[in-house]
Amino acid sequence: MSTGTPATSEPVKRPIRVVVAKAGLDGHDRGAKVVARALRDAGMEVIYTGVHQTPEQVVETALQEDVDAIGVSLLSGAHNFIFPRIAELMREKGLDDVLLFGGGIIPEADVPGLKQVGVDRVFPPGASLDEIVRYLDEAVGKRRGAVA
Amino acid sequence: MTGVAPDLLERARAGDKRATARLLSVVENDEPGAAEVLRSVYPQTGRARIVGVTGPPGGGKSTLVDRLAGAYRERGERVAVVAVDPSSPFSGGALLGDRIRMRERFLDEGVFIRSMASRGHGGGLARTTARVVNVLDALGYGVVLVETIGVGQEEVDVVRVADTVCLVTVPGLGDDIQAIKAGILEIADVLVLNKADRPGADETARDLAGTLTLGKPRTAWKPPIVRTVATAGEGVAELVEAIARHFAWAAQSGERDRRRRAAARGEVEELLRDALVRRLRALLGEERVDAAVARVAGREIDPYAAVEELVRGGTGE
Ligand SMILES: Nc1nc2c(ncn2[C@@H]2O[C@H](COP(=O)(O)OP(=O)(O)OP(=O)(O)O)[C@@H](O)[C@H]2O)c(=O)[nH]1
Ligand SMILES: [Mg+2]
Repeated sequence: MSTGTPATSEPVKRPIRVVVAKAGLDGHDRGAKVVARALRDAGMEVIYTGVHQTPEQVVETALQEDVDAIGVSLLSGAHNFIFPRIAELMREKGLDDVLLFGGGIIPEADVPGLKQVGVDRVFPPGASLDEIVRYLDEAVGKRRGAVA
Repeated sequence: MTGVAPDLLERARAGDKRATARLLSVVENDEPGAAEVLRSVYPQTGRARIVGVTGPPGGGKSTLVDRLAGAYRERGERVAVVAVDPSSPFSGGALLGDRIRMRERFLDEGVFIRSMASRGHGGGLARTTARVVNVLDALGYGVVLVETIGVGQEEVDVVRVADTVCLVTVPGLGDDIQAIKAGILEIADVLVLNKADRPGADETARDLAGTLTLGKPRTAWKPPIVRTVATAGEGVAELVEAIARHFAWAAQSGERDRRRRAAARGEVEELLRDALVRRLRALLGEERVDAAVARVAGREIDPYAAVEELVRGGTGE
């Protein structure tokens, strides 16, 4: 086989891979599940890990699963601790090319601070699923374009 | 070659999990360099014990894989998990949820977990799962646990990948036992009756034992029935024991070699088919193939005639 030839005929178009995690102490993951399903229905491969995820678990999952993006849903108000910690771990582990986005109940006043620590996008409670899908399609497309 | 993959391989061999993850993507997606990766790891493969876990949806496969991973870790093994879930035939997307049951392993240095979507491939695994397993084997994971999608009847691919196949059933499957009987029971090296805390376990165990004695045994190995409560970790030590016994039997009886030869044949033939098709296409040009397809669609010729014509055109016979 000559160099550079794929192992078999048709290279698969690589679907967008996303970890959707529910961090924080509360056990409500309806929102996260709805988002996970919407992303799947938009053709993405969604690794869903359930409730009570620590920043360490979220980042290690993202690393092993080689994802394009991490989506974290938070209701419990710990966002000002959890997002910076996730972003810090991502930098430590070299996941600089992975997008971090979030949703749940996050006061608008906190959004600029979160963006500053590396959260690419924060979706307010009323955000439509289409909006989230469109954001990921575009943002991941742009990142992949930059890498290739 | 891009030069990216060999560097990844070196880093993965040094234990870099990020590099391992990237390498698995290269192989999973058939990205440029995939063939080189597989060629350079091949000499180091064949050392891991590969355990397949299959069975109907919701039977507790992931919970059991989590427990098995824990048990093998206690025995000092490095463990890799490859868990396959179905892709949606409509969107092509997938919800990969097996990890939900494996959270206790997320931060264990000696465990690597990878979820895969089936991407339209039938048979219970993704098309490239065997190759992903090969890479993990070559990277020194002593045990690789492979969870199939939960179909119940057609997880045949796992036989080509695993040294030992565990079929997970649950009490009260009732008529489903009939379906299991129909074929999938044949691929089980170890029968697991999980959720043994549920009513009906005795009856189901009896049914399973009964169906096992029906068919003509393929080999001298009699699949043991192991009862487990995966959520509580009960029966897991016995399951590890049963897997070890099967592995030892397969090694000394020649079954392991026979399976590996069959797997190698499948792999070579698949690549051969792909290579021939690619070569023929290049020789003929897309237009001639498209033209033949159009004539078949228009009922001018039948598909057999079209293929005969194309092959003759390509090989100059
Ligand atoms: N009562 C009882 N419940 C169990 C046992 N093992 C697993 N479960 C539960 O069964 C459900 C399904 O378990 P999973 O491990 O996700 O099953 P699975 O076979 O991997 O499912 P799929 O991958 O979706 O096919 C979960 O709610 C588990 O907690 C058991 O031994 N007893
Ligand atoms: Mg599962």
